[in-house]
Amino acid sequence: MKPRYPGYDVEAKRDTPSWNQVTREAIDRRLAVPRAPRFFSPDEWTILEAICNRILPQPADRPKVPLPAYVDQKLAENIQDGYRYAVLPPQGEAWRRGLRALDDAAKRAFGGPFHTLLPERQDEILRRAQSGALTADAWGDMPSKAFFEHRLIPDITHAYYATPTAWNEIGFGGPASPRGYVRMALNRRDPWEAIEAQPDDEAEAERDNRRVR
Amino acid sequence: MRPGGWLEMREYPEDEPVDFVVIGTGAGGGPLIAGLAQAGFSVIGFDAGPYFRPLEDFASDETEQNKLYWTDNRIVDGANPLTMGGKNSGKSVGGSTVHFAMVSLRFRPEWFKSKSTLGYGADWPLDWRDMWGWYAKAERALSISGPARYPWGPKRPAYPYRAHEINGAGDLLARGCEAMGIDWTPTPLATVSAPHGKSPPCVYRGFCRFGCSTNAKQSQLVTFIPKAIKAGAEIRDLAMVGRIETDRNGRATGVHYIREGRWRFQKARNVVVAGYAIETPRLLLASATAQHPDGLANSSGLVGKNLMVQSNQAVFGVMEDEVRWYKGPPSLTITEHWNYDDRKDFHGGYCWMAQGPLPIEWVGIQTSARGLWGQALRDEMEKYNHQVGLKMVGEMLPNEANRVTLDAETDQYGLKVARITYGWGDNDKAMIAHGLDQMQTSLELVGAKEIFRQTDDTNHLAGTARMGFDAETSVVNSDCRSWDIPNLWVCDGSIFPTTGGVNPSLTITAIAMRTASRIRDLAARGEL
Repeated sequence: MKPRYPGYDVEAKRDTPSWNQVTREAIDRRLAVPRAPRFFSPDEWTILEAICNRILPQPADRPKVPLPAYVDQKLAENIQDGYRYAVLPPQGEAWRRGLRALDDAAKRAFGGPFHTLLPERQDEILRRAQSGALTADAWGDMPSKAFFEHRLIPDITHAYYATPTAWNEIGFGGPASPRGYVRMALNRRDPWEAIEAQPDDEAEAERDNRRVR
Repeated sequence: MRPGGWLEMREYPEDEPVDFVVIGTGAGGGPLIAGLAQAGFSVIGFDAGPYFRPLEDFASDETEQNKLYWTDNRIVDGANPLTMGGKNSGKSVGGSTVHFAMVSLRFRPEWFKSKSTLGYGADWPLDWRDMWGWYAKAERALSISGPARYPWGPKRPAYPYRAHEINGAGDLLARGCEAMGIDWTPTPLATVSAPHGKSPPCVYRGFCRFGCSTNAKQSQLVTFIPKAIKAGAEIRDLAMVGRIETDRNGRATGVHYIREGRWRFQKARNVVVAGYAIETPRLLLASATAQHPDGLANSSGLVGKNLMVQSNQAVFGVMEDEVRWYKGPPSLTITEHWNYDDRKDFHGGYCWMAQGPLPIEWVGIQTSARGLWGQALRDEMEKYNHQVGLKMVGEMLPNEANRVTLDAETDQYGLKVARITYGWGDNDKAMIAHGLDQMQTSLELVGAKEIFRQTDDTNHLAGTARMGFDAETSVVNSDCRSWDIPNLWVCDGSIFPTTGGVNPSLTITAIAMRTASRIRDLAARGEL
């Protein structure tokens, strides 16, 4: 699929008044997330990678946002949400049990580990978790639906939309301190905001987006 | 404070009692600490979180700014478990005012007597005419920007600062209201539209709910806390209070708190709990003794009960226009129509406001409200700059079954965590259904397509230490003083008997300013 904001790179604003020093440091730290697992075992990591690829499939023509690394970081550093559903165990235990149970469900339904299944079969397992249809012993007292909705989905998707790659895709202005914005009305764009390509003007949008600072 | 700037702060010794310890420095604690210090009392404001310097510490980033929130563990259960964390809880000096959306509204006058005038909820032991004066003082203290004429309720003065420019999302709310034939107004906001002191005018970054890195936002950090320090108060940050000590006479004598890894004790003549509707009851319950087996100030059995949130459902759609709702404060226009129109078949009221969720909040809505993931989620997220939305803030009714209790699990300090139990009542559900229909109509009338509803969201906290007329049916009196322990006070949203259909922060601020004034009067009469 063609990008909606071709050529837009929110990181090109790094040295403009849209990014203060604290923001630069925060984004640098995010992009330098350790790529090797610190919390998950190699087996768990393999399942997690396969799940991330289905929850947010990424195009092949750019470096992938390392989603498993962000999930691992959250657990290794015990970055908490401020609340926990009473039906869920603490986040690390929930993830460990959930990954094992999804792998177990894959083997029961399709005769192979989750990461070896065809994408549509992986999706089928994930849909069953989402609907709460998975109830095998491997889940213990943890409802698969609650794990999927309140643990798996937020931990993966929040990590993705915290990255410049995702901001470029959706045309978000990104960091804006201290410059902020001037043109507030409908259909108005500041020169430091992304340009949306219209049919047949992708090349022009791409050229102009490369100048967005 | 300018980058690198500093100011002198008094520090009080632990072994000499200060006149007041205030636990919490948010919308309730901040104005009270300042008011008490200005009245000549020795005051320490405790906060469990750090004292941030926004110009040096705040990033323009949703994830990084999680550092503002109360992210320590809490357990949520019940028929409709609450989302905590950034939605409603702060853990830094200034509390939730550091990351609130700045919406600063007055209660409808009848809400202070909703039981006797409107037939639901509970009456407050406060008079709206008295409160109208405190609201005006609070609006001046926070340099609220807003319209010259407000469409609803009794007369109020023009807001101190002119209204902000309206963004695309706010414009669409206004057009929808006009098409429906109901009033709307620029939202009264606690961010300045012209310079004030060291605050520059708002630059419309749109990261308001993640801390204001320019100090345009009139949080406690730029309003009451500097005033408090100047008047001789101490702000003791990174200090988690775990227990209030009481003596054999049943009076509070000070607080046990943990700072730099060590438990300490601060003596005090009076203790004010201002930790908001979860931490306040948690501390009162955790301070139980043989003399107060059910927790402090709890002879009524009501500490922790009648927790209230506000319904925060929304309707979203896609416009042909580019809206780019990330620009500017998230709620630049509002309608309070259904707070003042009683032609409806449920109790209470609600307002709705324009929306501007940033990407992580937006993906949370797409995934939770629509169950999206995979390529479908990515495709929907790409419509971000064309989205428009309206979100209600609705009055949920008090119910004793909605409550805060102590769980067996402990946190990093070794303290029992709060268990928060919540379920919606039939009246709450009827209001939500009404609000969703109304908001959807408004979006349809401005030409939004692909409309969907976010049916499960709540915001703001209230209740758990209600104010009332007697010791049997309430925890504190109209001065926020506990009935049971004369030198123990509660000053935050916990004291709300009902929560109204508007964001609570301005009411908390007004009551805190009033409480400081009342304490000064009581002291002058020798009644402390």
